Amino acid sequence: MARAPLTLDALRTTYGPHLNLAPPGGWDADPEPDKLVKTHCCFCGQQCGIQLKVKGNDVIGFEPWEDFPFNEGKLCPKGVKRYLQGNHPDRLTKALVRTESGFQESDWASAMDRVIQGIQDVQSKHGKDAFAVLSGVSMSNEKSYLTGKFARLAIGTKNLDYNGRLCMVSAGVANKKTFGIDRAANSWADIEGAEVIWVQGSNIAECSPITTDYIWRARDRGAKLIMADPRITPLGRTADLMLPLKPGSDLALTNAVLHLLNKWGMVNRAFLDAHTTGFDAALEAVKDCTPEWASELTGLPVAAIEKAARMWGEAKTSFLLHARGIEHQSKGVENCLSCQNIVLATGRIGMPSCGYATITGQGNGQGGREQGHKCDQLPGNRDIENPEHRAHICKVWGCTDEELPRKGLSAQEIMNAIHSGEIKGLLLLCFNPLVSLPDTAFTREALSKLEFFVCLDFFLSESAQHADVVLPSALHEEDEGTSTSVEGRVIKLNKAVEPPGDARPDWAIQLEIARRLGKGKFFDHLKGPEDIFNELRKASSGGTADYAGITWKRVVDEMGVFWPCPTEGHPGTPRLFEGGRFYHADGKAHVQPTPWRPAMEVVDADYPVWLTTGRTVFHFLSGTQTRRIGFLVEQCPHPYLEIHPKLAERYDIADGDAVEITSRRSAMVLPAKLVRTIRPDTVFIPYHWPSKLSANQLTARHLDPQSKIPEFKVTACRLQKTTPDKLSPELAELQRMAFEARTNQAVLPERVF
Amino acid sequence: MVSDEYGFFIDPQRCIGCKSCVGACAECGTHKGRPMIHLDEMDRLNSTQTAPTVCMHCEDPICAQVCPADAIKRSEDGVVHSSQKPRCIGCQNCELSCPFGVPIVFSGLEQMLKCDLCYDRTSEGHKPMCATVCPSQALLYVPKHEISALRQNKPVREFTVGSLKVKTRNALMVPDPDKPLHLDAALLLADGGW
Repeated sequence: MARAPLTLDALRTTYGPHLNLAPPGGWDADPEPDKLVKTHCCFCGQQCGIQLKVKGNDVIGFEPWEDFPFNEGKLCPKGVKRYLQGNHPDRLTKALVRTESGFQESDWASAMDRVIQGIQDVQSKHGKDAFAVLSGVSMSNEKSYLTGKFARLAIGTKNLDYNGRLCMVSAGVANKKTFGIDRAANSWADIEGAEVIWVQGSNIAECSPITTDYIWRARDRGAKLIMADPRITPLGRTADLMLPLKPGSDLALTNAVLHLLNKWGMVNRAFLDAHTTGFDAALEAVKDCTPEWASELTGLPVAAIEKAARMWGEAKTSFLLHARGIEHQSKGVENCLSCQNIVLATGRIGMPSCGYATITGQGNGQGGREQGHKCDQLPGNRDIENPEHRAHICKVWGCTDEELPRKGLSAQEIMNAIHSGEIKGLLLLCFNPLVSLPDTAFTREALSKLEFFVCLDFFLSESAQHADVVLPSALHEEDEGTSTSVEGRVIKLNKAVEPPGDARPDWAIQLEIARRLGKGKFFDHLKGPEDIFNELRKASSGGTADYAGITWKRVVDEMGVFWPCPTEGHPGTPRLFEGGRFYHADGKAHVQPTPWRPAMEVVDADYPVWLTTGRTVFHFLSGTQTRRIGFLVEQCPHPYLEIHPKLAERYDIADGDAVEITSRRSAMVLPAKLVRTIRPDTVFIPYHWPSKLSANQLTARHLDPQSKIPEFKVTACRLQKTTPDKLSPELAELQRMAFEARTNQAVLPERVF
Repeated sequence: MVSDEYGFFIDPQRCIGCKSCVGACAECGTHKGRPMIHLDEMDRLNSTQTAPTVCMHCEDPICAQVCPADAIKRSEDGVVHSSQKPRCIGCQNCELSCPFGVPIVFSGLEQMLKCDLCYDRTSEGHKPMCATVCPSQALLYVPKHEISALRQNKPVREFTVGSLKVKTRNALMVPDPDKPLHLDAALLLADGGW
C-alpha cells in the first residue's frame, strides 16, 4: 500500500521543502567561475538562453546570454534564481526505499532489485498493462523519446502518458485537425510586425514573461493589443481592448467574432477557396452566434465584442496567441479551433507578420509532445493506431507489430484506472500529480492503492512521498540533450556539473531497468543522449514532426533549428504554411465547425461563484523546484484568493480575512486578496502548492472528450467568511519561510528611527 | 568610463512586477546578495501597477550634497557611485534626502550602497544587469538617439521635487495620457468606452 509512510510534518523535516538562500559557499565566496556553460532555462516553454557560472562541480550563479536570439539575455525571476536548486539541502542523492518507519536510504543495486521485482510482480499477477508509466514534458527530447520506447518495449505497457496532458494537448488536437501539423505556426519574430495582437486566455506577463517584450515591440510600432481574460493581468492593464469575460465563455466570444466577420464581409474568400475546406460548415455553426447571444454568455457588452471583431477584421497583419485559459476546458479543442477559424477567415497566416500559436507552458512542451510519450502517439508525432506509422517505428526499433503496444489511457484516465484497481503499478517521472491533477483527494486515494510505485525525482515531491522506491535523478544542468521551444526551435541543453551522489539522469535509469527486464536488445546500442537523439531523428523521419536533418552540431552552430527539417541540407522551417500550403494530404487547412456548449460545471444557486486557477510569475507548475528557492518563496510564499471588492462585500470579507471556498469536491481556507482586477463574479487561486493549500482540491476531473485535458479553468464554488484559526498550519509555515528568506538572504537595512 | 552614447530609460507602464531586476541585481559579484533596486507594488487593490526604482544619477546629486563625510562621488561620466567605504559614517542623510528613495545604508556594513549603473559592466560596454534581464524591457539601456524610434513614450530627465529642480542622467518614460488603463474589471464591464 503506497500511503505516505510518515506524517507530512515528519517528511517535511527530512525532505523539505527547505529554502536555498545563497550560492554554494555563501555570498562571500569568490564569485569568479571556472567556466560559463551556455544552456537554457529549465522552466517554461520559452526556453530562454542562459549561461551558468560553474566553479568546481557547483553552479554558483548565472550570466545573461545576450547572443541567444530568442531572449537576448532577458530572464524572468525563475530563470535568474534557478541555479539555487543545485546544492540544495533537500536534494535526493541516494535511492530511498519505503519501510514501516519511513524512507530508508538504500544502495543503488538493492533499490534497483526491488524496482525490477515490483514491476515483474505486478505484471505477472495482473498483466502487462496493469503497470503504467507517467512522465512529463520538462524532459529533453531525448528523454521524452526514450520514455516512449522504454514504456512500450521495456515495460511492455500501453498505458503511458504524460503531464503535457495538463498543458497544451487541446491545442495539439486542434492543430492536427485543422493544419495537419502540431506546432506554433510562426517564430516569435513575426509578432513584432503584426498590426493587431489577440491574446485569448493567457497571462503572458506572468506565464511567458519574455513574450511581453515581443508584444511591446509590436506596440511600439503601432500594433493594437486585444486581451480576453477574466482577470486584468499585468499586460492587460495597458491593452487597447481588454475583454474581461466569464470563465468558460471563450468559445462564445470567438464564435461571435467569426459570425461578425462574415456578416460584415470581412472574410477573405479568395484565401478560403484556394487553401481551406469546411469553412461553410464552420459558418453554419456560428450563424446564430450574434454579439447579443455572446454577450449573455461572456458577460461582455455587445459593443466590446463588435469592437474586437472590427479591430481584427480591419487589420492587414495579425498574430493570435492563446494558452491554458482556453485549453484547460472541457471544450478546449473547440476553443482552439475557433481561434484558428478567425485566423483562417482573414487569410492572415503563413506570411510575414501574420501568425498563430499556442504558448506552450512546460519546458519542452513543444518537443515533448511529438517524440512519442503520449498514450496515442509514436515518434515524429505519428499515430499509434496507424498501420504505416507503426510499421515505420517497428523498423527503427527492431520490434514486431505484436511487440508494440497499442493506444493506452491518458494521464487522468490512468489515475482513474489506478483508483478503480485496473492499474496496480506505476513508474512516475517528471510529474507531481498529487499537486497538478484535479480533485486532489481522489489522486491521493488512487496513489494509496498502488501495489508497487517507483518514482524518479531529484526532490521528494508530494507524489514521490507515496512511492515504494524513489530513485534519485539528475537536474537539468546535470545532463545534456535538446529541447524544442515555444517557437518550434530545437535548442541544445548543455551539462554544467555532474549529478551528486547516486543521482543519475532518467535515461540512464531507464536503460538500466530495460536491461534488467531482459530487453537490452532494443536499448544496448544507446550509450548516451546523442545516440538517443540520432535514433529519434530516424524515428521522426517522414513524420510531421520531422527532425531527420537536425544534428546536435547544427543546433549549436545555428542557435537552434526549426522543425520540420527533413534533411541535413534543409534550413529548417521558422514559418509554417507559406503560400497557403498546409500539412494535410490535400495541402489545405481543414476548417472545423465549433458549435457552442457550456462548461461541464456552471454556477448555480448552491455554487454561485466562478473559480479559475493559474500560475504566478514566481513559481513553476507544481512548485517542486520553485518552492525550494528562497527568493521566489519570499516574493510569493503561499496561495491566496483573489476576489473583487464588490463580491467580497457581499460576504463581508475584508482583505486578509480567512475565506472558506467550497466546490462539489472539497473545501479549503485561504486568505482573501482584494483586487479590482478580476470580474466580480469570479475568484482566482494560484495552483502551485500541495495538500490543504492545493487549488486542485476544488477542481473537477471533467475532461475534454478529444484532448482529455481536465477543466482546470472552470469550477463553480461558494464562499464563506471564516475565522483565522481555520487557516491551515501549512500556511503559517510558508509565511515563516518567507520571513526566513527575507531576513537571511540579504542583510536588510535597520532603520534607527 | 561609461559611454555617454547610451541612456537608461525606465518605463513603469511596461513593468510586470516580476522582480527579475531585483533578483539579478543581488547576484552581481560585488553586491553579495543585496539588491540595490527597489520594486514596489503601487496599490494592488486598485491596479496591477508596479514600479522599479533604480538610481536616476542626478547631475547634481542631492545624496552627495547632504553627505557630511563627502563619501558620495559622481564620476565624469555622470554616474553616482556607492559611498566610499573609508569615509561613509552610515548617517543615512543620503537615504533620507534622495528624492527617488534609492540609497540604502546596510546595517551590517555601516555603509551606504546604491545602484551605480552596474559600473563594472557599463564601463566595459555591457548593459546593466537589470536592463539585460528585464523581460518586458521596462528597464531599457540603448543608445540615446534610438529612443524616439524605439518607443512611443517620451523620456523625461527633469523633475521638480518640492522647490528643487532635479536633472538626471537616466530618463523616466512618460506615457500618453490619452491611452486607456484598465484597472477595475467591474468598471470596465459597466462602462468600457467601447
